[in-house]
Amino acid sequence: MTAAAAELSRLTVLELAAQLASKDVSAVEATRACLERVAAVDGKVKAFLRVDEKGALAAAEASDQRRKEGAPASALDGVPIALKDIFCTEGLETTCGSKILQGFVPPFDATVVRLLRRAGMPILGKLNQDEFAMGSSTENSAFFPTRNPWDLSRTPGGSSGGSAAAVAAREVPAALGTDTGGSIRQPAAFTGTVGLKPTYGRVSRSGVIAFASSLDQVGPITRTVADAAALLQVIAVPDPEDATSARLPAADYLSKLEGGVHGMRLGLPREYFVRGMDPEVESAVRAAAAELEKQGARIEEISLPHTKYALAAYYLIAPAEASSNLARYDGIRFGLRAKEAKGLRELYSETREQGFGQEVKRRIMLGTYALSAGYYDAYYLKAQQVRTLIRRDFTDAFQKVDAVLCATAPTPAFPLGAKVDDPLAMYLNDVLTLPVNLAGLPGISVPCGFSGGGLPMGLQVIGKPFDEATLLRVARAHERTQELYKRAPPV
Amino acid sequence: MSASDFQPVIGLEVHAQLLTQSKIFCGCSTAFGAPPNHHTCPVCLGMPGVLPVLNEKVVELAVRVGLALGCRIRPVSLFARKNYFYPDLPKGYQISQYDQPICEDGKLEVQTASGERAVRIRRAHLEEDAGKSVHDAGGESLVDLNRAGVPLLEIVSEPDLRSSEEAAEYLRTMRDVLVYLGVNDGNLEEGSFRCDANVSVMRKGATEYGTRAELKNINSFRFVQKAIDFEIERQVGVIEGGGKVVQETRLYDPQRDETRSMRGKEEAHDYRYFPEPDLPPVRVGPALLERVRASLPELPRARVLRLQQQHGLSAADARTLCGDRALADFYEAAVPGVKDPKKLANWMMGDLLRQLHETGAALGELKFSPAQLAALVSAVEQGTISGAAGKDVLGEMFRTGKDPQAIIAEKGLAQVSDTGAMEQVLDELLAKNAGEVEKYKAGKKQVLGFLMGQAMKAMKGKGNPQLLNELLRKKLGEP
Repeated sequence: MTAAAAELSRLTVLELAAQLASKDVSAVEATRACLERVAAVDGKVKAFLRVDEKGALAAAEASDQRRKEGAPASALDGVPIALKDIFCTEGLETTCGSKILQGFVPPFDATVVRLLRRAGMPILGKLNQDEFAMGSSTENSAFFPTRNPWDLSRTPGGSSGGSAAAVAAREVPAALGTDTGGSIRQPAAFTGTVGLKPTYGRVSRSGVIAFASSLDQVGPITRTVADAAALLQVIAVPDPEDATSARLPAADYLSKLEGGVHGMRLGLPREYFVRGMDPEVESAVRAAAAELEKQGARIEEISLPHTKYALAAYYLIAPAEASSNLARYDGIRFGLRAKEAKGLRELYSETREQGFGQEVKRRIMLGTYALSAGYYDAYYLKAQQVRTLIRRDFTDAFQKVDAVLCATAPTPAFPLGAKVDDPLAMYLNDVLTLPVNLAGLPGISVPCGFSGGGLPMGLQVIGKPFDEATLLRVARAHERTQELYKRAPPV
Repeated sequence: MSASDFQPVIGLEVHAQLLTQSKIFCGCSTAFGAPPNHHTCPVCLGMPGVLPVLNEKVVELAVRVGLALGCRIRPVSLFARKNYFYPDLPKGYQISQYDQPICEDGKLEVQTASGERAVRIRRAHLEEDAGKSVHDAGGESLVDLNRAGVPLLEIVSEPDLRSSEEAAEYLRTMRDVLVYLGVNDGNLEEGSFRCDANVSVMRKGATEYGTRAELKNINSFRFVQKAIDFEIERQVGVIEGGGKVVQETRLYDPQRDETRSMRGKEEAHDYRYFPEPDLPPVRVGPALLERVRASLPELPRARVLRLQQQHGLSAADARTLCGDRALADFYEAAVPGVKDPKKLANWMMGDLLRQLHETGAALGELKFSPAQLAALVSAVEQGTISGAAGKDVLGEMFRTGKDPQAIIAEKGLAQVSDTGAMEQVLDELLAKNAGEVEKYKAGKKQVLGFLMGQAMKAMKGKGNPQLLNELLRKKLGEP
């Protein structure tokens, strides 16, 4: 790797955008630097499922041409980005981390992909993930696990583990992920990156392969809060192709970013300091709160009393929706088809037996059960009632505070293989993030320190619906005190 | 015991395709007859990541039906997913309405053997159609998804029907109403109006319904009646043979005229319904309700009654006219231009329909207006032309769209009603045929016909026959 390329790959999204604007660097140079970095480190990190060198360079050349003509497409024109493999990309294989979609080349772009292209951002390739976004370690990928750039024996988290690892390893300045129960925020916490899950409905889900439709949301993983704000501005656009997309124009998230927390009320929910929580994580979160208090925020202890039911409710609602969403993978129209199957029933069962991994099958069975006649009321309906209570907890809390502070994950990154055989232990990883999805709220994870073992830890900020601006402001106020994004992983 | 000791109980589910340009959740065309899989896109193909977006037009059309049937319209109704695997169901679930349908509790007035009856409507809900599976002889199955996502309104009646005739009449009436409302094309052959029947029998005087079977695949009014009759007989046979009717789905086979078991209750699908998370609730506000209500046409039944009362039409004539909304509209547009509405109705149901039938043209393709037809009928009424000449004029109007007056003038078809000229002709005629006159006066009344013929000939066919006849009789000394 050349020194110039190494220098370029250290830049954040906004730093690179500034250099592109001043023509100190071209989009082709920036893209080549990413490609070089990928070539240098991805053999170890394994973040990418496929790199689209040709497509990315063609987009970069087009970007440079626009610059030359003095007509850049956006402030981020020419900044490379990479995508979790859950986003449909026209002409570029999209697998969602599953064998059942191996070889599937979508005939269309997801809305967010279209928005990135329109902004002029070259798409570097597709990133690894847990199959159908089901998992918290990227070990459920049908292809290979991704490794944590801070410690290659550990997981980068999941399901957007490829996205987080690629950004942490400086293979690309930004990536998009999706978050159904913490799949952006938890890997961000594990890799020392910033992960933003916007309010449900803020970013279009059209063309994003569905896991649990009422919980899924798209968001950026970046190294800085400002980068996350800049990307949110690109993708938070009302979309007529998604009936659940909010008909609200995107706000100007960047201009309010440095507003600070003076006079803000921030809540620390008692229930989020759970038993089994790593003491280093707890003290890092409390220290972050104390620091914000010093900046003029009022820190209050609050209660979100129904938190303890969230995990159970989530693991009924998400699998129920998934069992239905994944019915379309039947071997009829696209993706894998079992070749030796005789008759229709066998075609279905063989295709799905061969195409889906263990965790996906487990959740399809859970969800099918929860929706079955005779169990619907006891499981699915009850879970929906709990969901209402959890949402109400937050509504009540936001009467008193402007945002909520807590840890993103109870522990730093765990070793690969540590939890693969214990689904419940794996599920507990999302215990602090999934209530936010159940309530449809925006949440962000921002680095708040390193453990004694040198592993990153994340502070989670939870905001009111569609109040990403406040969320980002609080996260930025914290980030300013430590500037952890300047630290590079050893890889 | 015999069949006459049993009372059939029938409820019907109508699946009516709503007349929209595009499908219910995507922009694909709903047109019939395209090559297989021509009208498809990633959304109706159920590709990964795609989302449904509701075509607002279907809500308006459903409300239209709901109001016409006197239903309660839910201000908020919900879509749900009905989950099952089938190759012609691309997503592995059908988006339908389940426990919160858009329309509930209405009724349809149906003419039955025992007079007019209100058949209660339980609900009407929106859903998407599935595609079509084609099983060829070689054991291959092919799927055509042109229909996948076509909007349907499923209208479910209460089990209020008591015979296959009543069921068929209910269907005809329902079809007329839907076509009248402009929400359905009433085309059974193309599958845009389909029906399933729930049939059970109970002993006369019993208070509890028997176990029902659901009949599928009945695609004509004739088949409905035959399928239900077969099923009633079958169920009576089972009971009389000491057996029990089982709850099941049965397929009607028109070739063999019988129903066959498709699946029993034990094999019944568990559809695992749950609210569709990709679609927000459907809201029908007072503004939409008012707009639709204001645009509702007069329904066929009310119109038949009005035409009987206002225009003195017979029930049969009024029904024929109102069987087709366009025909009735044409009639009503023409009626101010004539003296006797019955005459107009006769012209329309006789010559006009025949001409349309012969040329295969639709009413909307006529080259002349209702006012022009009225002018023609009125010319015959007033004796300007004869009825026979009127038929020629109508033929010419069909071909050219010319004004009847112009055609009459061009062809010299106007009758002479000038009594002076007529008397002159008659006097000459009677003088020439003194012998015939004698015969007539002697009682040989047939001579009148001969004399009329001669008189018409002398008038070159243009004499007003009625007037001429009157004058002739007078001259022959009739009172």
